[in-house]
Amino acid sequence: MNAPSPDGYTTADGRSIGPVLMEMKNITLRFGGVKAITDISFDIREGEIRAIIGPNGAGKSSMLNVISGFYVPQEGEVWFRGARRPAMKPFQVARQGIARTFQNIALFEGMSVLDNIMTGRLTLMKSGLMAQALWWGRAEAEETAHRAEVERIIDFLEIQHIRKTPVGRLPYGLKKRVELARALAAEPKLLLLDEPMAGMNVEEKEDMSRFILDVNDEFGTTIALIEHDMGVVMDLSDRVVVMDYGKKIGDGTPDEVRSNQAVIDAYLGVAHD
Amino acid sequence: MPEQFYFALEVSLNGLMAGIMYALVALGFVLIFKASGIFNYAQGVLALFAALTLVGLQNGQIPFAHLINAVFGTSLHHFGWTLPAVVAIALTAVVMTGLAILIERYILKHLVNQEPIILFMATIGLAYFLEGLGDVMWGAEIKNLDVGLPQGISETIDEVTFNWFGYGFFIDRLDIVATLVAAALVISLMLFSQFTKYGRALRAVADDHQAALSVGISLRFIWVMVWSIAGIVALVAGIMWGSKSGVQFSLSLIALKALPVLMLGGFTSIPGAIVGGLIIGMGEKLFEFFIGPMIGGATENWFAYVLALIFLVFRPQGLFGERIIERV
Ligand SMILES: Nc1ncnc2c1ncn2[C@@H]1O[C@H](COP(=O)(O)OP(=O)(O)OP(=O)(O)O)[C@@H](O)[C@H]1O
Ligand SMILES: [Mg+2]
Repeated sequence: MNAPSPDGYTTADGRSIGPVLMEMKNITLRFGGVKAITDISFDIREGEIRAIIGPNGAGKSSMLNVISGFYVPQEGEVWFRGARRPAMKPFQVARQGIARTFQNIALFEGMSVLDNIMTGRLTLMKSGLMAQALWWGRAEAEETAHRAEVERIIDFLEIQHIRKTPVGRLPYGLKKRVELARALAAEPKLLLLDEPMAGMNVEEKEDMSRFILDVNDEFGTTIALIEHDMGVVMDLSDRVVVMDYGKKIGDGTPDEVRSNQAVIDAYLGVAHD
Repeated sequence: MPEQFYFALEVSLNGLMAGIMYALVALGFVLIFKASGIFNYAQGVLALFAALTLVGLQNGQIPFAHLINAVFGTSLHHFGWTLPAVVAIALTAVVMTGLAILIERYILKHLVNQEPIILFMATIGLAYFLEGLGDVMWGAEIKNLDVGLPQGISETIDEVTFNWFGYGFFIDRLDIVATLVAAALVISLMLFSQFTKYGRALRAVADDHQAALSVGISLRFIWVMVWSIAGIVALVAGIMWGSKSGVQFSLSLIALKALPVLMLGGFTSIPGAIVGGLIIGMGEKLFEFFIGPMIGGATENWFAYVLALIFLVFRPQGLFGERIIERV
């Protein structure tokens, strides 16, 4: 595709996309002898919904893990909000305003839905350990304020009816939704979703798609997501990165990617040389 | 009511009080086990170390005096001042927090993602190290600990119960204080874990490390926090036990009694640690008084373990522990 201008671009549906929020430069990630990611570069712009697609084992989750600090690449640079990011622990990345969900769901199974979502706001809570112990009143006021925000998210994602349910008892589709709620609770600058619709039925997928669009629209949250369902990807995303065997084989709008020969080959399983 | 019944009741009450002590040590275990999956063998020694430090600070003992004297031929022993109990307790709490920071920095940090058995071995090492350190720092002789807690049989209770039931209950006032303090401690821990941001972070870490990281929780901070709390719980146990029977190295042996308590209550349950402690404390006293004489006494040495074994057979996850279901 023609490179968008530094200040951004306007999408087909008329949303305006800002400057680069996150940029991956020449990332290479190895596990022992296995190269999960080979020299990949791409950027994510403010306000954008960016998809990462590719066959199984292509390295998509690994890329998300690099962005969120769970994996440390052997080579390459991560740039966030115009500055090179030093090596960081996952919790530090989270505190920078990058929230995520996991392909295999990582919730606090023993805690209620409400408590799970409240943990999403930990990074936004100010008062320190001593303050919490000594000024009970102030800590309580803070808790109440955050609680109100969480209730808004609960309404937004239509999960009022399970607020008090322990997460371990929920069906898969609802767990995925609670995980999204917890990530949203952090009011992230960048939201990373690893296969948010995997294992869902058609109706659940439609709901989830709608939520993702609404989040992007109402809060202006930048979203990077991994998804296998091509229909969903084409509907949701503004730009798509395509990975195969750890390499980037395509990058552009859904239409551009769809007509890219390398992408077609990868998906049709043309033999690799 | 028959005399025999009141006697049994009195024995159970005394047993309950002893059980509180087991419960306090078990509580420290559970906190650390839940948050980090580490079975902390050193929990009992932490109580000993806390009590030694408390006495040392209170009496103005010079730390490492024996060592210094041996090396430099001096004859130091005390600074010559004494500290008020409250100040000494607060300082000891600070020392226990410092110890937690050191343990995280020099042991736990290097052992993340190791097998549980390795971590367990590390805490065995820690236990012996702390025991030795306590000895070198404060000396090995039995010390008297007096932080001003009431001692001796409560005459009021004796009189009142005698007037009501015609049977005077003998209850140690120290036991009553220990019960109240333990109850207050458990309630504040519950409030802390349910209603504060750090408590929620602690529960989150106990539940799922990866998810906890993703919401911005520093595991290292939580580990320091939980070891500090365990250290302070150990301090409370050390104060109670030390006030009762003097600060001596056999204090660390109560850690072993905490093991059957945990088997009974479940390794991951705070209420389990409390109830388990009470059941063992009460059970072993009752057994000793009523069955003991028939089989030659000294049953308190083994009763707890046998009870735990029986329990292990019928309910391996303990009273309150999470059900262990193997996925296949
Ligand atoms: N922690 C790890 N240790 C070793 N190898 C890993 C690890 N994580 C990923 N890999 C390897 O890296 C490669 C890419 O895996 P990754 O999970 O990123 O693929 P993916 O594109 O997300 O696949 P899927 O669509 O199946 O989720 C695979 O070969 C995988 O085995
Ligand atoms: Mg994946």
